[in-house]
Amino acid sequence: MARPRHRVPTGLAAALAAAALLVSLTLAVTIGPADLAPADVWRSIGDHLATLLGGGPAEPALGALRDGIVWELRLPRVLTAAAVGAGLSVAGAVMQGLTRNPLADPYLLGLSSGASLGAVAVLVLGVSVLLPVAAFAGALVALVAALALAGAAGAITPGRTVLAGLAVAQLAAAGTSFVIFWSATGDSYREILSWLMGSLAGAGWGAVGIAVGATAVLGTGLALQGRVLDAFAFGDTAAAALGIAVGRTRWLLLTVVALLTGALVAVSGSIGFVGLALPHAVRFVVGVAHRRLLPLAALVGATFLVWADTAARTVFEPRELPVGIVTAFLGAPVFAVLLWRRRAAGADA
Amino acid sequence: MSLRLADVRWSVAGATILDGVTAEAPGGRLTGLLGPNGAGKSTLLRVVAGVLAPDAGAATLDGADLLAVPRRERARRVALVEQEATAVVPLTVREAVEVGRTPHLSRWGGLADRDRRAVDDALAAAGVAGLADRALGTLSGGERQRAHLARALAQEPRLLLLDEPTNHLDVHARLELLALLRRLTAADVTVVAALHDLNLAAAACDHVVLLDAGRVVAEGPVEEVLVPAVLEPVYRVRCDVLTHPVTGRPVLTFT
Repeated sequence: MARPRHRVPTGLAAALAAAALLVSLTLAVTIGPADLAPADVWRSIGDHLATLLGGGPAEPALGALRDGIVWELRLPRVLTAAAVGAGLSVAGAVMQGLTRNPLADPYLLGLSSGASLGAVAVLVLGVSVLLPVAAFAGALVALVAALALAGAAGAITPGRTVLAGLAVAQLAAAGTSFVIFWSATGDSYREILSWLMGSLAGAGWGAVGIAVGATAVLGTGLALQGRVLDAFAFGDTAAAALGIAVGRTRWLLLTVVALLTGALVAVSGSIGFVGLALPHAVRFVVGVAHRRLLPLAALVGATFLVWADTAARTVFEPRELPVGIVTAFLGAPVFAVLLWRRRAAGADA
Repeated sequence: MSLRLADVRWSVAGATILDGVTAEAPGGRLTGLLGPNGAGKSTLLRVVAGVLAPDAGAATLDGADLLAVPRRERARRVALVEQEATAVVPLTVREAVEVGRTPHLSRWGGLADRDRRAVDDALAAAGVAGLADRALGTLSGGERQRAHLARALAQEPRLLLLDEPTNHLDVHARLELLALLRRLTAADVTVVAALHDLNLAAAACDHVVLLDAGRVVAEGPVEEVLVPAVLEPVYRVRCDVLTHPVTGRPVLTFT
């Protein structure tokens, strides 16, 4: 039977993207002060895995210092970046599909800001155990507020949704600023600022656990809904006529997106434009069918954020940028291009 | 597989759109759903398709209560082709038709051989097999209409609902579409099409239901319903019925 033709065969694209991610993970760990080769990275990983299994060497092959740089500092950070990039990219693609809004993403609709406010509030109150929970709650409240606000003015159009998201994001940011103004001093100010801008500095194995766990479980769950998301592309009526409980399914999936966003913001702050720009770039290559789009968006998003974060920590060495600034510099032009194309297509933004 | 509607009511924001619709679409026949703008044709189709829940009333397909069966089960029996799928769906025709298999698939499973066969059959039946790898957005209006029809056929419905399927189609494409619907009824699919064009209904339908302001004004064979005494008060025009020189079907003229 004839297979559908695509601009790039899906299997090839996936294999290339997976290989690129693996190479990127390895290279990103070697970049920075301290002289490390890609082989050193894998040697350290091998040592530690062996130790976990009870048969590792007493002394790390790289020496304690360089091994510490790989295993304690860079590897967790790089893995967190990959998981956050993958998760945000999938979250953005799913939101765009569910709302039929090319401008939807966790950042633009205020989810990330809501999650940041939740996280910062908890941080200031000093109950760090609840951080992901508070971030999720913040994201969910922001999502409901943005969609309610967009719907209150009539039909939920992409333009209204973005404006409503902007309003919610501003409100949440104001709330975060208030918390900072009221209670933060010295170091906690810098820490809180990194929530607002998005930063992976200081990501350890705990962050890896949250980010990889959330992306693996929730991201995979979302990716498996590709067929349902394709049905949504034809409109709510068509989806309902195909036997999908439209309202319930949309809210369920958006709640999972909020949960995922909350978990990611809890480890990285609100990193913008990954969820917006990456899915569009991937669609351009493999088309829009979600069964292909979502896995590839995850792989490409992971690779993208690994490099964005590597740039954030090395370009102005020894000073470090919040990675959210890097993604904004790269992603904002994509946003502009999207707006321009909508205008060119005569769409009602 | 006849469709029976009994006292179907639906209203929104205080406006009554369907005001107790009782009608029948005979099994394996082409039924035309007629009526002026705002008569409630689209709404009625949406209620039958399970998109809208009626305030009251019953819809049965061959005795089974369509409003009570689970929505996936219903989507395996009833398919809807909307008036205009305005959303730009950048899928290929085959991908779009595969979406029609949704009610037959398990939540996590992929397409089985049976599903692929159904997709191929639907593409062929709708005459778009040759366009399978084209993007929907690159098709002409008539081609796109048939691609959406193929998606509905992939559901393997016993009852096919179409909302103004001939809008924006040129004369040739209209006749092709009607011939396609005739082939479906010959295969014992019950077809209900909301139609604007009374002459199209006169030429092609076995049975017509005329709606006005959410009520059934007349129902029955074309020769009984599409007559001046019924049409003139509903459409507020003067109507004459001629006989087509070749087919012998009624032809309506309005003045």
